[in-house]
Amino acid sequence: MHHSSLLLDFSNWFDALPLASLEVGQHLYWQIGGLRVHGQVLITSWFVIGVLVIVSVLATRKIERIPSGLQNFMEYALEFVRDLTKNQIGEKEYRPWVPFIGTLFLFIFVSNWSGALFPWKLISLPEGELAAPTNDINTTVALALCTSFVYFYAGFRKRGLGYFRKYIEPTPVLLPIAILEDFTKPLSLSFRLFGNILADELVVAVLVLLVPLIVPLPVMLLGLFTSGIQALVFATLAGAYIHESLEGHGDEEEAH
Amino acid sequence: MDPLVAAASVLAAALGIGISTIGPALAQGNAAGKAVEGIARQPEAEGKIRGTLLLCLAFMESLTIYGLVIALVLLFANPFA
Repeated sequence: MHHSSLLLDFSNWFDALPLASLEVGQHLYWQIGGLRVHGQVLITSWFVIGVLVIVSVLATRKIERIPSGLQNFMEYALEFVRDLTKNQIGEKEYRPWVPFIGTLFLFIFVSNWSGALFPWKLISLPEGELAAPTNDINTTVALALCTSFVYFYAGFRKRGLGYFRKYIEPTPVLLPIAILEDFTKPLSLSFRLFGNILADELVVAVLVLLVPLIVPLPVMLLGLFTSGIQALVFATLAGAYIHESLEGHGDEEEAH
Repeated sequence: MDPLVAAASVLAAALGIGISTIGPALAQGNAAGKAVEGIARQPEAEGKIRGTLLLCLAFMESLTIYGLVIALVLLFANPFA
């Protein structure tokens, strides 16, 4: 008798631990003006922005010719982002797009990893829970729409109204598909990121629910890996789209 | 929620994620096999091949993820409930 009650106590204690809970579709709503926003996403987004700003400021406060420590690390990050952009857009025109693609990459990367590494679950909200900002569809749709806007802007700035020629360039028969593409690009960008991050967090949460110790670790590591890859994929695709609208379908005479 | 809708949604979610795994699984296997062939033929190009392969795998993976998104919508945000 005593034994079973001990077991019961133990399981109660276990339930009280804020380790594992599965909540999808529950949000902390804030009323701002006429808008109802998901508060937990804003909190974590601000956290991510704060981390990025503070690290950047600290790294650039005392710039030295021979970098060391944080400055070295941030220069590595910058180089990585620059190479990524250069690979996608090409040597000649990549420079103005480094800030945009770098911001996308860093924000998504830090968001994804903050969801996995920062113990958000220890802070409890009245409703909903804190997690990576990218596991909310609103964040990813906003990022994807920014990307759409930017590649239209890139095309207009480079080629003016001639940009619209790409819709009818090989043959006008493909016009509907070309128009459809402009809608599927942000759709697939946002769903890919959102689905991957949510899937990671759900898999980890389910495993932690089943076996709280040790066993979820490999899956968490896999999650970290996938998160990084997804940030890379988002930035790479943004670069590829910008390159496509800079180049157009027509002029393939570029010498490699 | 109407029990019929609930049952149909759960079944559709399970079938949807299962079926949407088939295509990407075949595609990823094919891509990985071809990448291994490429590395065997040209071991010095391994770094480049690995990078491209990971990116391509992520694209194929996203097809399954679309299925997963549909399944999650059916389970947690069902529009017909």
